[in-house]
Amino acid sequence: MKRIIAVAAAFLLLASFAPEQGYKVGDMATDFNLKNVDGKMVSLGNYKDAKGFIVVFTCNHCPFAKAYESRIIALDKKFAAKGYPVIAINPNDPNEVPEDSYANMQARAKEKNYPFPYLMDESQQIAKAYGATRTPHVFVLQKVKGDYMVKYIGAIDDNSDDASAVKEKYVENAVNALLAGKKVSPDFTKAIGCTIKWKKA
Amino acid sequence: MYKITGVLLAALLVTASVKPVNMKQLQDATLNKTNDTLYVVNFWATWCKPCVNEMPYFVKAQDGFGGKKVKVVFVSMNSVRELAAVQQFVSAKQIKEDVLLLNAGNPNNWIDTVDVSWSGAIPATVMYRNGKKVYFREGEFTQNELDSIIQTKIN
Repeated sequence: MKRIIAVAAAFLLLASFAPEQGYKVGDMATDFNLKNVDGKMVSLGNYKDAKGFIVVFTCNHCPFAKAYESRIIALDKKFAAKGYPVIAINPNDPNEVPEDSYANMQARAKEKNYPFPYLMDESQQIAKAYGATRTPHVFVLQKVKGDYMVKYIGAIDDNSDDASAVKEKYVENAVNALLAGKKVSPDFTKAIGCTIKWKKA
Repeated sequence: MYKITGVLLAALLVTASVKPVNMKQLQDATLNKTNDTLYVVNFWATWCKPCVNEMPYFVKAQDGFGGKKVKVVFVSMNSVRELAAVQQFVSAKQIKEDVLLLNAGNPNNWIDTVDVSWSGAIPATVMYRNGKKVYFREGEFTQNELDSIIQTKIN
């Protein structure tokens, strides 16, 4: 048993050195401690009663992110009370995109009355660990014995352009499946989005 | 008046007209061409800053390798409802290369068709030659990077 733990620890250590790979469905996601628009630090660990999370890498400037703002608010309104709150994270370097600065995040959260935390991933380490590449990019996590298991990765739904023409609500279906104790399907989707604006080396 | 019409006409003649296409049409215009030409297919959008930044590199690359049969095709990810705005952008920038607007429905159903490693973030670029994919990249280029990759693919 000790050996298994040692091997697992070594594996985790190795994995932590290769964050570019990102998570796959079934992986355990890392917690974080990031600054919210209200100035307070937020961690998944703060949410004692949550069953899981809808983690959304998003931002201010990207037209796709903007197209999804109200749909992300709707997700939180629908699922926070059921144990799956939205946690929004802006991973962009504001030196690359001034519109995604902390002050502008605060302004957007206020303007849209975000009911969820909107966190700044200043070091971009969380986006890298998760393997987020674009905005918006969603990771649905389920609490499993104190860990956070990745259950869904991908798009919010199948139509960024027109919310009224959506046929498949991927994230909603995923969370509903988790709440019902069912398998998430599909558990991985793709969408066109803005690249995450990484810091220039 | 004649002069103005002439200028307008010249602008219309030199700049591309943006065509909405489905995936089959996009592939027929690029991947399925079995000539020796290297098709450099760049996925972009008018609102994507890194995409717009790198467009001149593609134009320059096409001009530079002109004699060697390089054909740049810009594929817009804008919504088909923005077709007029895309056309306006292309005319304003005097882009002469082919510009297609991919109107192919749910991206989850076609992104892997371009490349399984593509997460869907733009810019992204795929190159085809003789009916085969020879290169894919998600992310931007510098002029030097683009030129040297094209160089290796046309030899």
